Amino acid sequence: MYKFVIKNMDLYYGDFHALKNINLNIEENKITALIGPSGCGKSTLLKSLNRMNDLVEGCKITGDILLDNENIYRSDFDVNVLRKRVGMVFQKPNPFPMSIYDNIAYGPRTHGIKNKSKLDEIVEKSLRGAAIWDEVKTDLKKNALKISGGQQQRICIARALAVEPEVLLMDEPTSALDPISTSKIEDLIQELKKNYTIVIVTHNMQQATRISDKTAFFLSGEIVEFDDTEKLFTLPKNKRTEDYITGRFG
Amino acid sequence: MKTKSFEKFMEIIFLISASMSIVAIILICLFIFAGGIPFISEYGLSNFLFGTIWKPSNNPASYGILPMILGSLYVTVGAIILGVPIGIMTATYLAKFCNKKLYKILKPCINLMAGIPSIIYGFFALTVLVPIIRNIFGGTGMNIITASILLGIMILPTIIGMSEASIRAVPGSYYEGSMALGASHERTIVSVMLPAAKSGILSSVILGIGRAIGETMAVILVAGNQARMPAGLTKGVRTLTTNIVIEMAYAADTHREALIATAVVLFVFILIINGLFMVVKRRGLN
Repeated sequence: MYKFVIKNMDLYYGDFHALKNINLNIEENKITALIGPSGCGKSTLLKSLNRMNDLVEGCKITGDILLDNENIYRSDFDVNVLRKRVGMVFQKPNPFPMSIYDNIAYGPRTHGIKNKSKLDEIVEKSLRGAAIWDEVKTDLKKNALKISGGQQQRICIARALAVEPEVLLMDEPTSALDPISTSKIEDLIQELKKNYTIVIVTHNMQQATRISDKTAFFLSGEIVEFDDTEKLFTLPKNKRTEDYITGRFG
Repeated sequence: MKTKSFEKFMEIIFLISASMSIVAIILICLFIFAGGIPFISEYGLSNFLFGTIWKPSNNPASYGILPMILGSLYVTVGAIILGVPIGIMTATYLAKFCNKKLYKILKPCINLMAGIPSIIYGFFALTVLVPIIRNIFGGTGMNIITASILLGIMILPTIIGMSEASIRAVPGSYYEGSMALGASHERTIVSVMLPAAKSGILSSVILGIGRAIGETMAVILVAGNQARMPAGLTKGVRTLTTNIVIEMAYAADTHREALIATAVVLFVFILIINGLFMVVKRRGLN
């Protein structure tokens, strides 16, 4: 079952052809990793899936991206609903400068939930879902900027979970974190795939092998190879993939 | 060797330049307090601050400045009520909604507002605002409302400039984080960006208050300047600053000292406002 189907997609930043003829199917309740050297377009593709690229001036997309068989670039597709369904976690933890509680409740409030006990319930459920409830349950009123980077990133994951998305996009979610926080977040991502479809951009190939089911290797705006993670890392079909994963460049 | 002594020489020149402003502020403090405090201690601080009658020509003369303190307070509060919402909304518009073409026109206009001499604002208010207020409320048209509107306009560039800068300084990652949750542009700005900029916005309001309290030449033209307890929004009023300007030219002896003491009170207000400003700014940095 495919959650996202990307067909003949091209993306331009002004004159720059950033993504070239992308065809990719993203399976439901699986973890799909996007790997490749810096500037290869993997983050750009990620941001196309919830249309965060709309915020970039001069960005133009052709081809189709289907979410549950619906084209998300159709002109009458509500982008706010799309972003509610397709959540995002950024490279650098970016909690809002407000309390932990308000951070988590921000999304649900945005989408019209005002009932206090309902919000309490969502906040607890989301924080549990992001494996941080036990660490912060006694100080939900604390400013979210006053906790550690690893905790902040899990707050950001909880914040994304609070709007009950179907897909989670993660843009190098552990690259700014220490190894212990990283392993906590990797465990969490494994746990989350039961309920969510996950697409993760990572620079760390060990991370891709550890957590992902499928891996796509990007180079200069093209997908060079897309396969089961195990196959791609043990028996790459393409010479360039092999060079990259064995560390010969990139 | 020669270059070294030259460097030393230049360093001293720079030090002297830097000391100039400090020397100036110390001299101002000394002069104002030395001139005003003897009078205050002689007349009595509470008699001076809370006395409701200002009649230097009486025998014995009355130097109560409560009318002027309240006058300054009322027109400042009025200016804040009018100027702050407009200023913050304008700053938000400039920082987050305005297209580049319009910005290129609006921004220089606001900068120009900051540079216009206050007497010109006063003249504008006298010829435009006063007749309008007179038509609506009757009387002379020179009253608290007129002065408040005028000051509300005059503090706009201060509030807009600083608020806009602080809104622009909010990290883009907050914006992205909110948009990625499915929030609209407007919701993101009102619920995330503005709260994140609040210490800068508050600082701009405090500076605006300082500007309004200290304003003199514009207010003098439209406030009515009656030295009596404020009798209503549509009645004339005298502020601390205008009290000094109006009477200084002919004041002598005790009367003159009383005016300098008025300046002491004004100066203390400004010190308090600056202190607040620094506290808010420091809290914003943490």
